[in-house]
Amino acid sequence: MNPKDLKYAKTHEWVRAEGDTLLVGLTRFAVDQLTDVTYIELPKAGAKVKAGEGMGEIESVKAVSDIYAPVSGEVVAVNGALAADASLVSRDPYGDGWLVRVRPDAVGPLDHLMAAEDYSKQTEGQ
Amino acid sequence: MAITPVHPWHITHGGRMVNFAGTDLPVQFTSIVKEHQAVRTEVGWFDVSHMGRFSFTGPDCVKWLNQLVTCRLRDLQPGRVRYGLVCKEDGGILDDVLVYNLGGSPAKWAMVVNASNRAKIKAWFLNHNHGFQASLEDQTEVSAMIAVQGPQAIALGNQLFDRDPSNLPYYGSFEANYSGIGVLVSRTGYTGEDGWEVSLPAASALPLVERLDYLKVMACGLGARDTLRLEAAMPLYGHELSDSIDPFQAGLGRSVDLEKDFIGRDALLRRRGHADLPVRVGLSGSAKRAAREGDIILAEGGAEVGRVTSGTMSPTFNHPIAMAYLRPGFAALGQPVAAIVRGREEAFTIVKLPFYKRPGR
Repeated sequence: MNPKDLKYAKTHEWVRAEGDTLLVGLTRFAVDQLTDVTYIELPKAGAKVKAGEGMGEIESVKAVSDIYAPVSGEVVAVNGALAADASLVSRDPYGDGWLVRVRPDAVGPLDHLMAAEDYSKQTEGQ
Repeated sequence: MAITPVHPWHITHGGRMVNFAGTDLPVQFTSIVKEHQAVRTEVGWFDVSHMGRFSFTGPDCVKWLNQLVTCRLRDLQPGRVRYGLVCKEDGGILDDVLVYNLGGSPAKWAMVVNASNRAKIKAWFLNHNHGFQASLEDQTEVSAMIAVQGPQAIALGNQLFDRDPSNLPYYGSFEANYSGIGVLVSRTGYTGEDGWEVSLPAASALPLVERLDYLKVMACGLGARDTLRLEAAMPLYGHELSDSIDPFQAGLGRSVDLEKDFIGRDALLRRRGHADLPVRVGLSGSAKRAAREGDIILAEGGAEVGRVTSGTMSPTFNHPIAMAYLRPGFAALGQPVAAIVRGREEAFTIVKLPFYKRPGR
């Protein structure tokens, strides 16, 4: 269920390389765990984010969780549709529910992230 | 960790399980919002078997209960239920309870207590029996309790039992028959909707739940139970109630009968009308970020005036709601306040409780 062409952080974000930028979102596992998403707070375009550090928060009826930046770089676009309807992230986490587009500080393979298979192993039985 | 007689059903139906007050219970089966809406618009069921169920027998059981529970009991008729508090000598709340007069001769009474307080309240009663001729029996582990709540709950009860719950007044109870088994049904609940709760032998719980599922009653978890009771402004022990809060602070003075003698009365007479103790208020927000338990409340001008005890995004109203304890000079209805939500201020207004009242009440 986790697309094979994406790379995954252990904190449940995914990254898709698109030209010289990276699209970032949350995994199906993460949004299913949260359910009932009510609000998503994201960095503004132009903000610098650092891999492994908090870049936003996602709130459900039950609780609030941090969203971590999977890579270091500059936010070049933010998914504005989520401000109007945060539940979009639950309906289509790998498509219209993307979070931000980041221009990475360093170009290269995303070796610190996991392949789909390894991420699936991490979430099995959770 | 304890389990309830319904536990196998929770596991096979995808319940997301958590340890709640020592019992393995479902937070949700599908979605808190879906389960919440089912109860507000149709009907849902909850496994509340973790709640403590005590029965009282003996000629002095009313005297015993009267001594330890704050509400008036002498006029509680057979077949009626009343909400009360158990307080310690200084007026702090040990638990909030439902007391049932089950009638009969000799008299039989019952009490439902919070799971987290069951051992404490049992010990409190046994340590304060003043030689009364009465005994307490803890039925919790040999029985189950299911709550069925929502606009369709009463009609559904009429299908299940040999007696029609629509004949029960609110906070009334009767013994009824469910597929050949004697059960206790009361028109009570913790959601702000009409409905009933049934106590029944442990072995009958799974068949009842299977029947409810067959009748398309939505299974609901603790998550929806919490959002529903919060909208209805029903206090939750450990959040709005504790042994350092008295019933007047909590806005529960109507459940205290100062004309009778009971443990805590002298302190409560002194504490009543004490204008310096924090009081429970409702907060309503218009933004998207919910204030949560522990968040600090600031008055206009920035003075810290209290803390949130429960808060969520309201599924019914789609804006944040919360309950908080505020210093009395800052607790007037209509006052704007700010909640510090993870480092940032969010605007709230002090509003009348409850947030939600079902149509017609």
